[in-house]
Amino acid sequence: MRTAWSPENYPEDKEPARSDFVVLSSAMNSRAQIAMLPDGRRLHLHDGPIDLIVEAFGSAPEVETAYRAACDRFVTVLDELCSELAYLRQACRPEQPWPDGAVARRMVAAVMPYTPQYFITPMAAVAGAVAEEILAAMVATAELSRAYVNDGGDIALHLNDGEKFTIGMVERPDRPSLFGKTAIAAHDPVRGIATSGWRGRSFSLGIADAVTVLADRAAAADAAATIIANAVDLPGHPSILRVPACELAPDSDLGDRPVTQAVGTLSNDEVEQALAAGARTAELLLRMGLVRAAAICLQGNTRVVGTVGGLKLVEGPEHERILLHA
Amino acid sequence: MADDAVRCDACPVLCYIKPGRTGSCDRYGNHDGKLVRLDPHVVLDRALECGGSVVPFLERSHDWDGTLVSHGETFVTAIGAGTTYPDYKPAPFIISSQVEGVDMVTVVTEGIFSYCGVKVKIDTDRHLGAECSTVRAQGETVGHVTTSEYGSQMLSLGGVRHLTGGSRHEGTATCDALLSLCNGKAVELEIDDGAKVTVQAGKPPIVDGVQEERMRVGCGSATIGMFAKQWFGKVDDVVVVDDHITGVLSEHQAGKLLGVAQTGIKLKGRRSTPGRYFQVAEPGTSWGGTNLDNPLTILGKFNSKKAWPGLRLLMVSTTGEHYAYFELDENLKPREQELPATLRESVARIKENCEPALCTVLFMGGAGGSLRAGVTENPVKLTHSVRDALTRVTCGGAPVYVWPGGGITFMVDVIRMPQNAFGYVPTPALVAPIEFTLKLADYAALGGYVENVRPLSAITGQQETRRRLSAHRENPWPLTRNEVGDKR
Repeated sequence: MRTAWSPENYPEDKEPARSDFVVLSSAMNSRAQIAMLPDGRRLHLHDGPIDLIVEAFGSAPEVETAYRAACDRFVTVLDELCSELAYLRQACRPEQPWPDGAVARRMVAAVMPYTPQYFITPMAAVAGAVAEEILAAMVATAELSRAYVNDGGDIALHLNDGEKFTIGMVERPDRPSLFGKTAIAAHDPVRGIATSGWRGRSFSLGIADAVTVLADRAAAADAAATIIANAVDLPGHPSILRVPACELAPDSDLGDRPVTQAVGTLSNDEVEQALAAGARTAELLLRMGLVRAAAICLQGNTRVVGTVGGLKLVEGPEHERILLHA
Repeated sequence: MADDAVRCDACPVLCYIKPGRTGSCDRYGNHDGKLVRLDPHVVLDRALECGGSVVPFLERSHDWDGTLVSHGETFVTAIGAGTTYPDYKPAPFIISSQVEGVDMVTVVTEGIFSYCGVKVKIDTDRHLGAECSTVRAQGETVGHVTTSEYGSQMLSLGGVRHLTGGSRHEGTATCDALLSLCNGKAVELEIDDGAKVTVQAGKPPIVDGVQEERMRVGCGSATIGMFAKQWFGKVDDVVVVDDHITGVLSEHQAGKLLGVAQTGIKLKGRRSTPGRYFQVAEPGTSWGGTNLDNPLTILGKFNSKKAWPGLRLLMVSTTGEHYAYFELDENLKPREQELPATLRESVARIKENCEPALCTVLFMGGAGGSLRAGVTENPVKLTHSVRDALTRVTCGGAPVYVWPGGGITFMVDVIRMPQNAFGYVPTPALVAPIEFTLKLADYAALGGYVENVRPLSAITGQQETRRRLSAHRENPWPLTRNEVGDKR
């Protein structure tokens, strides 16, 4: 039973962008949940494993049009993905056929550059691809100065001329505190940000606490963060606990590949060695034009590759924080 | 597939979830083979206290309003509420509810505690380490052994010096240990020149790989003193076997005063004072913390000038878990007999008086300036209000002890809080829930964010993002009116 929000059952008497906890999707048994956050500015879209925080900037009617477009597009995304899930969970091969769904195509396009040298499945780019797709639907229907779609830390950005976003970066997803921040301006090529690491929601083959990537598109950033995070590694190190992915999640796209479950305290030399391995991969991707910058975090140490918008690392708590995903 | 994984049908991803794991959404998980929803924000329900879904509306003084849980019966905890960082924001949830006709406000926030630690009480007589010895977790200094208490060894862990004053590793290890202990998880601690002890709130300690079962009723000598009267006349001599101090009734001062006759008993080991012996055996996990399986091995030959055939001897451990009854034969050799009914009671009473050995973990933290600023624009007034007992402080709905003196420094038994109530930030510091409950009028008077007050219904209506929990049975209900705001 699934009844999605549509303009027809939109509650006319509510003003979505102002009041607290207005639930736009009021139908019973609805799976997707669409609501304004308590600040009255941001839209929260949730369906199954997808959680999006959306914020658009512009005139009120344009913002409302953009939010309606985001909702319209959003309600079918999960079903579209699930209809091709088996295909999307398979390792990407250069000769494989294109999928049907628009989001699935974004995913395959994002991971294709890595095959056959690297193991990667289109699922590595799912979060970024969903963010991109929703942002595209908004920008296509409304005139916005700025907008972002944040899919669990994988973010698609829209910037009109002269605009900019300040981005806070989080070292460990389970400990929300900034280790650095950067500004992305309209003249920068960056429109996508993604973070990957073994502590995050997805499995990682590497030991990075977090790899944050700035790239031209969100799906590309998502795929690159996965590849770089996998490369931050100390193969065979005894204090790294690895478990075959399928033992943790039987239907994981990683099959029986060993995913990182715990990392003991490493010596400074070991941290340096693992960071260097990640940085080598990041530099390679930088030269290939796949990423614009990457920040790699491991046990409190950070390595930055590339420069965009003056990527600035801060020590300790940062007071002027602007978190896209608060 | 033959394991006890479950197929989640909450969405079309249809995750196949192993026990103890969550699906790709992190919202649904497999808990003991059942698909459960794991929600972030905890709401305590008083009506569900007894685990049922009973609506006791007949017992209410007012009419049932049709909802399962009426005002005053639901308490919003701060677990998962979010914080007031960067300090000047109003608390994330300021909830109004009516309790017996009086408008109450609960200010709900998660505090970031840089000044915090845990006090650990470990029920064991084993020597864990000397006072002031360093306590380590993951090899890093996280605290020290402090003054021991009755039947217990005490540890003081965490605090700002270990969290932020040492190396990054020290801070991280301290934060990890505190977080695990506060969330009810087991932590292995190593004491310099002492023992390795596994500590988990509400569970028996494991000392050097051996799990402690019971706190002793006392040492062997003390046990003689406590039970001498109950034994007098029913038995000729009693030996309470104890690795530290073994007691003998006929030689002990307690026996002498009662007029217990000499029995010619002879104990191995080093005599300390009459009727009190050290080192009767090696330490172990059997009789009274010794390695004894046969208690007779600690006895020498009975003195034939004093002992007599038929002499009745009870041997028992300090916990009553081990006991044996003997009578001397013609050759003054002890022969084991069935324990007479007259003595059975005293042995049972020793056992009865031994409490189960537990580890208890009290979180201690100080609510400083920033947290208070989320409650009121005039922070010191909140401190005064707590001091004057106009405001009740709870931690995840659990009662706290607020220390006298300045600040709002409190202690709470983590066992009485909902599971996984604590979090952390990499500063490093712990994040703990804290709720302030007071009368709406008092809240306005101390400069509270009255415009941010929301009715309880605005929260409880959001079923999908709240977790409803039954209140802890032993906790006073946080909204009980006669204990909040009526002490003027």
